[in-house]
Amino acid sequence: MEQVETARAPKGSLVSSMETPLPLNALAAEKPVRCEARGIKKAFAGNAILKGVDVAIPEGGFAVLVGPSGCGKSTLLRLVAGLEEADEGSLFIKGKDVTKLPPRDRDIAMVFQSYALYPHLSVRENLAFGLKLRNTPEAEIASRIQEASAMLGLDKLMDRLPKALSGGQRQRVAMGRAIVRRANLYLFDEPLSNLDAALRAEVRVDIRKLHDKLGATSLYVTHDQVEAMTLADTLWVLNGGQVEQSGPPLEVYESPKSVFVATFLGSPPMNLFDAKIEERAGETWAVGQGIEVRDGRARKTSPAAGRAVKVGIRPHDLVVAEDTKTASGELHVELVEALGFEAYAYGWFTSSGPRVIARLEPEHARRARVGDVIPVRAVPERVHLFDAKTEQAL
Amino acid sequence: MDKKPSLLESVIVHTVLLTFVAFAIYPILWVVSLAFSRGGLSSSSGALPVPHDPSFDNFRIVTAGSGGIFWLQLGNSLIVSLATAVVAVVIATPAAYALARFDFVGKKAGMGTLLATQMFPTVASAVPLYLLLEALHLLDSRAGLVLVYATTSVPFAIFQLRGSFETIPVELEEAAMVDGATRTQAFLRVVLPAARPAIAVTALFAFMSAWNEFILAATLLSRETAFTLPVVLQRFVGEHDAAWGPFAAGAMLVSIPVMALFYLAQRQLIGGLTAGGVKG
Ligand SMILES: Nc1ncnc2c1ncn2[C@@H]1O[C@H](COP(=O)(O)OP(=O)(O)OP(=O)(O)O)[C@@H](O)[C@H]1O
Ligand SMILES: [Mg+2]
Repeated sequence: MEQVETARAPKGSLVSSMETPLPLNALAAEKPVRCEARGIKKAFAGNAILKGVDVAIPEGGFAVLVGPSGCGKSTLLRLVAGLEEADEGSLFIKGKDVTKLPPRDRDIAMVFQSYALYPHLSVRENLAFGLKLRNTPEAEIASRIQEASAMLGLDKLMDRLPKALSGGQRQRVAMGRAIVRRANLYLFDEPLSNLDAALRAEVRVDIRKLHDKLGATSLYVTHDQVEAMTLADTLWVLNGGQVEQSGPPLEVYESPKSVFVATFLGSPPMNLFDAKIEERAGETWAVGQGIEVRDGRARKTSPAAGRAVKVGIRPHDLVVAEDTKTASGELHVELVEALGFEAYAYGWFTSSGPRVIARLEPEHARRARVGDVIPVRAVPERVHLFDAKTEQAL
Repeated sequence: MDKKPSLLESVIVHTVLLTFVAFAIYPILWVVSLAFSRGGLSSSSGALPVPHDPSFDNFRIVTAGSGGIFWLQLGNSLIVSLATAVVAVVIATPAAYALARFDFVGKKAGMGTLLATQMFPTVASAVPLYLLLEALHLLDSRAGLVLVYATTSVPFAIFQLRGSFETIPVELEEAAMVDGATRTQAFLRVVLPAARPAIAVTALFAFMSAWNEFILAATLLSRETAFTLPVVLQRFVGEHDAAWGPFAAGAMLVSIPVMALFYLAQRQLIGGLTAGGVKG
């Protein structure tokens, strides 16, 4: 299955020049695996949630687990933490089988969505709690707390109780409580979801910086795409109780293996059309639901003519055409959404077809009106083709 | 919205409030005035709660009893009430925690039974309890009384504490266990401290119910040296002559410890009643 795919280099020539270098992932290839889940299955009251999940995180890796709500992300994290018991499968941390061990013997630290700060303890005592339980010498506790509080700017809050802290401050204390532990593995369950947008962006950057600084190994659960794309070395997309795809975030974004992954990642979501493959002067074209587009993407085998496919085009790759001849379709505009730095037009190609979203340059956005018909062009190199039945990428 | 009320408004509001307060404390003031009136209730006692012929006589009468028996009885009351509170909390805390956190066979039936025991008035069980204690040779003893009181205060405490444990997020314990605690340590170091206000309130309730309880005490105690204060008080207003003065003085003495406890536990009480401070 997807096991240890982390380390594999991207296949084919899919890596476009746009892709930022991923030094950490390159390093990961040589690093030993820090945490591995093999064939994890878990059901609640006969309701199978995880149906054989394999995940591997190399030492120093930042793995982000994404998936739709209720797909079992938190469940998997709790299994790794030992707060939940797997029905089948095994877990390894630092090469040691921890499947049957209680949480305290796994040497992990976890940041909860609700932060779960001990309400009766001051910030300092919250940080010291785990270390005291592990009989860490006083001097060591003091120095670790000092270090963490300097990193997170907690100095002034040390003697406050959690109820006297703001949401952002609580979040930092929760991070601090994990940091002082110097654990083998750090687990995060949507740690930013209770923060407002501005703070979220700020803390997101801090988390990645801390991770690198500490040389930590992290498993991070979120359903926020931006967090997933920006934080991860390796993205693990969970769907229907299994890992649907894993890899460096940009690779997953640019070469989704299935319709699910393609539409799950990216905002606004990818446009999808039902189409048939046609041969035109030696070129492969996909035609249907008001779209006509050349497939300019490198593939192992080009699909045979007549094959039913789903064509996927990200809104970002569907732009205003110079003239109708080069157009892939004609967009009947229903709504224009201008965000300042970019704009999207929402509409349809054929009235019976799917909703279509295209990117507009600012000058087009200013002129575009509801009811306009704009010729739009797909970038052939960025066309995604999926089998119509299996919805797997071709 | 926030403007100061006018003088007229202020006067009206305060008049109404003071009327209600007066209504509520009139009987209490009357008891107080009675306690300080020599000779107690007399024809000269008017409607106004003002002591006539003020003195501490009534208190002297109450506490004087032969061989300092009053102090012995006060001790009985204190010991029985404290013991009831301790027994209630010690038994109810783990039980309530288990009911709040775990699923087990018989959980529902157990809860139902506990609830059922709460529905019968105390008097209904007075006779069987008497026979039971007689068989156990625990009549006229503090231990017997504590045992009897525990039968009602433990279930009540379990219900109270279960509710408060349920408001404590499970993640707190999970965080503690990830931090290196065993389940027991998580309970002792995180859950118990977080539940402290609720436990204090529960203990206070148990203490008060035992401190004020009269019917069972009167049924199960016949030796004067074993009496608790409510029984002692009742003796002042016998069938033939009602010594209202000493009775009032005794009532005041009985109320003082409860008021003191309330005062001391004020903060905990408010914390417990709002179940605050446990939200991470
Ligand atoms: N203790 C439990 N008992 C019964 N069902 C559970 C339990 N815990 C989780 N589930 C179910 O398992 C499924 C997965 O839950 P989980 O919390 O892992 O989802 P998630 O991927 O974290 O979702 P979200 O993004 O909304 O947090 C859900 O359908 C949930 O109802
Ligand atoms: Mg979740």
